[in-house]
Amino acid sequence: MIAHSIFFYTFSIIAVVSAIMVTASKNTVHSVFFLILDFISISCLFIMIGAEFLGMIMLIVYVGAVAVLFLFVVMMLNVAQQKNQWFTGQQSSRHIPVGLIISTLIFFEIIIVIGGWKYKPEIFDINNSISQASISNTHSLGQILYTDYIHVFQISGMILLVAMVGAIVLTFRQRSGVKRQSYIKQISRERAEGVEVLEVQSNKGVKLDD
Amino acid sequence: MIDIGLGHYLTLGAVIFSIGVIGIFLNRKNIIVILMSIELILLAVNINLVAFSIYLGDLAGQVFTLFILTVAAAEAAIGLAIIVVYFRNSGTIRVEEIDKLKG
Repeated sequence: MIAHSIFFYTFSIIAVVSAIMVTASKNTVHSVFFLILDFISISCLFIMIGAEFLGMIMLIVYVGAVAVLFLFVVMMLNVAQQKNQWFTGQQSSRHIPVGLIISTLIFFEIIIVIGGWKYKPEIFDINNSISQASISNTHSLGQILYTDYIHVFQISGMILLVAMVGAIVLTFRQRSGVKRQSYIKQISRERAEGVEVLEVQSNKGVKLDD
Repeated sequence: MIDIGLGHYLTLGAVIFSIGVIGIFLNRKNIIVILMSIELILLAVNINLVAFSIYLGDLAGQVFTLFILTVAAAEAAIGLAIIVVYFRNSGTIRVEEIDKLKG
């Protein structure tokens, strides 16, 4: 129990500090790295609490895909030099009290809800209970994901497809001046347009028009 | 304090959610950091869902965390694509200078 709480406090302090650094750090590349640290510590918490599959998926999807995508875009747009500052200019300092007030309000609302909340006894009568300890977390998730939630699962696949098509359509552009190989053009060439037979007279030469 | 319960995880989720909201409001320079704050908010929601799922013994929370993960990945891809196109057209992604909509 002691080890559990020590690990919980360690990982949650790392998560909170790195979340603050994501929003506060001046360099955008540094905030992407702090985002990665945040995801890693939260996935450690998930593994600790008993949701191993989700912890591993968080590592693969967030750290492996989303954070690397952020890193690619930050480095491609070369905005790391544009310093990311909180307290610059008249325009920005007007928003600071509003943001602080709203976020502290949200925080205390959530805390009040957590504090004054009791379980209803009926809530434990549920269908998808984690039944046996012998079945692993991944196994039991798969058992309900592909049966009870199969339609939602397929809809989420469609969402990923639409996102992929949308991202490609948005960023695709045809550049001018790029030479491409065209099979249709190569195959459909006739002899008449490729070769010309000329009668060359001596000491005259041939005039080429191109 | 020593006994870690559901409330600890929910409090952690609340703290990270509030940090994400602060990040959206206070950041006036770089729109990529705003996208990262949105990712933080989704992460806080995931923490809440997983904690409830474990402590109530109901797997539905973990299934929905999986779907939130999907939507977050799609949202990040589309958002970054829009940012790349905007940067190509206007040469800046500073939040103060994005005022084409006159909002």
